[in-house]
Amino acid sequence: MSDNGDYIIVAENVNKTYPNGVKALRDVSLKVKKGEVVVIIGASGSGKTTFLRTINQLETVDAGKIIVEGVDVTDPKTNLTKIRADIGMVFQHFNVFPHLTVLENVMLAQILVRKRKKEEARQIAMEFLTKVGIADKKDEYPTNLSGGQKQRVAIARALAMHPKIMLFDEATSALDPEMVGGILDIMKQLAREGKTMVVVTHEMGFAREAADRIVYMDSGKIIEMGTPEEIFNNPKTDRLKQFLSQIL
Amino acid sequence: MRRNRHTLLWNLAFVLVLVGIGFFIYKSSLKINYSWNWRAVPSYLVYKAQQEIDSPVQGIVKGFKNGKVVIETIKGNIVAFKVEHPTLKKGAVVDAGDEIGYNTSYKAGPLLMGLYMTIKVSVVSIIMALVIGLITGLMRISDNPLFKNLSTVYIEIIRGTPLLVQIFIVYFFIGTLFNMTRFIAGAFALAVFEGAYIAEIIRAGIQSIPRGQTEASLALGMNYFQIMRYIIIPQAFKRVLPALAGQFISLIKDSSLLSVISITELTKAGREVVASTFSPFEVWFTVAALYFVVTYSLSLLDRYLERRLAGDE
Repeated sequence: MSDNGDYIIVAENVNKTYPNGVKALRDVSLKVKKGEVVVIIGASGSGKTTFLRTINQLETVDAGKIIVEGVDVTDPKTNLTKIRADIGMVFQHFNVFPHLTVLENVMLAQILVRKRKKEEARQIAMEFLTKVGIADKKDEYPTNLSGGQKQRVAIARALAMHPKIMLFDEATSALDPEMVGGILDIMKQLAREGKTMVVVTHEMGFAREAADRIVYMDSGKIIEMGTPEEIFNNPKTDRLKQFLSQIL
Repeated sequence: MRRNRHTLLWNLAFVLVLVGIGFFIYKSSLKINYSWNWRAVPSYLVYKAQQEIDSPVQGIVKGFKNGKVVIETIKGNIVAFKVEHPTLKKGAVVDAGDEIGYNTSYKAGPLLMGLYMTIKVSVVSIIMALVIGLITGLMRISDNPLFKNLSTVYIEIIRGTPLLVQIFIVYFFIGTLFNMTRFIAGAFALAVFEGAYIAEIIRAGIQSIPRGQTEASLALGMNYFQIMRYIIIPQAFKRVLPALAGQFISLIKDSSLLSVISITELTKAGREVVASTFSPFEVWFTVAALYFVVTYSLSLLDRYLERRLAGDE
């Protein structure tokens, strides 16, 4: 444990095979320091989203270990609700609650999980809705919002829990092009503020600008890992070179 | 303008068809020599009851004042009794226990009492059926084989046997075993039957909510109960409201079968009235109309709720 003291996430030899026989993860090991921004890139089906989802156990693993804040989340005896509350997650398809207003979306889990009083939850909700620039829509239902606005609500909802880690799963992939910039700006600001972030994205500009470290995955394996400088300007493997040539 | 005229024409045709059907029924009844007697029907819904008023004292009727009969007792006291329709004349001598007149009041007739019983048994049954349906519906989508298999067996058996047989089994077997009243046994039998259908409706509703809703809730640290209570069921409920309303309407109609275990609901009341009036046509048409009033009100309520809930999606 002591040698992992600086790390907030430690994944060791994580393996997962889907019921249909597809090997999604092969011996994935990754350590994330507190305050670090790790961006995972790779082609579709490379296992990057699956790996991200194992961190808060939306996806179980077949073998290996994932320690988050000193808690082994892969241990069946672990109380996952407690650790999940400390891990914020933003999804590709927003997953805002359509039957609740924007404000209620951001308040609900604070009240149920963090046991905050309604008034306190409302204050914190407004603080983060203001931060993501959507406070004026607080009484709207999500159906009246654009994709970009929904994603802002989803980010505020996650941040209002005061998570220690934020996971972003292709948070801009389902957005109209003109909405992407605004969401990336929010993510960059969070990175500057020192939030620990693990980000799965196809936005290479964001990776280059905001990442402390970039992880390149292919067919369920981590192929290369390094600073943006190393990954973009000095790729070592052919696979990464090929991937970059296709995407840039 | 032309379109409007056509709509009007077809609506007129609709009314004509209805009148035609009514006329056909009337003509047919003439053929079988049926004499219609609609005038008897209202008194089986509401009737004017006479309540005899007896004098509690001995004395002489002195007169009438403000709807009261004033009596001077043999001891010389003056007492007054409220009587709407006095039957005695001034100066009449009364003994204690003699009738001095009667009051009238409107009372619900057997058909209205039957309707009340139908509504009562249906409401109790709907509440029980919702609870059963919700629990079984959740069991059905559970990963636990015990819950899953139990609910599947329950649903298959209930859907595969006639309600009438189930009512007999519940009343004669379970009812006797647990010493249930007729009413409870009847409401329970209905609830167990409709619960199986409601379970399937609720299961389908819950499964129609995108997986992402559960994942987002899990990621926020919510537990299974909270996710169901605050995220999934409210959304599912809205989606299945029309199907649920349909099932409730079925339940109200199916409650007519409870007449076989001598619960005097609307159908049994109808049978009793027919037995005493020999006017089956009028009574059964009335009974049908009463059922329709209840089910149609429910249907309107459903439409109202659907419109109100539609606001946020």
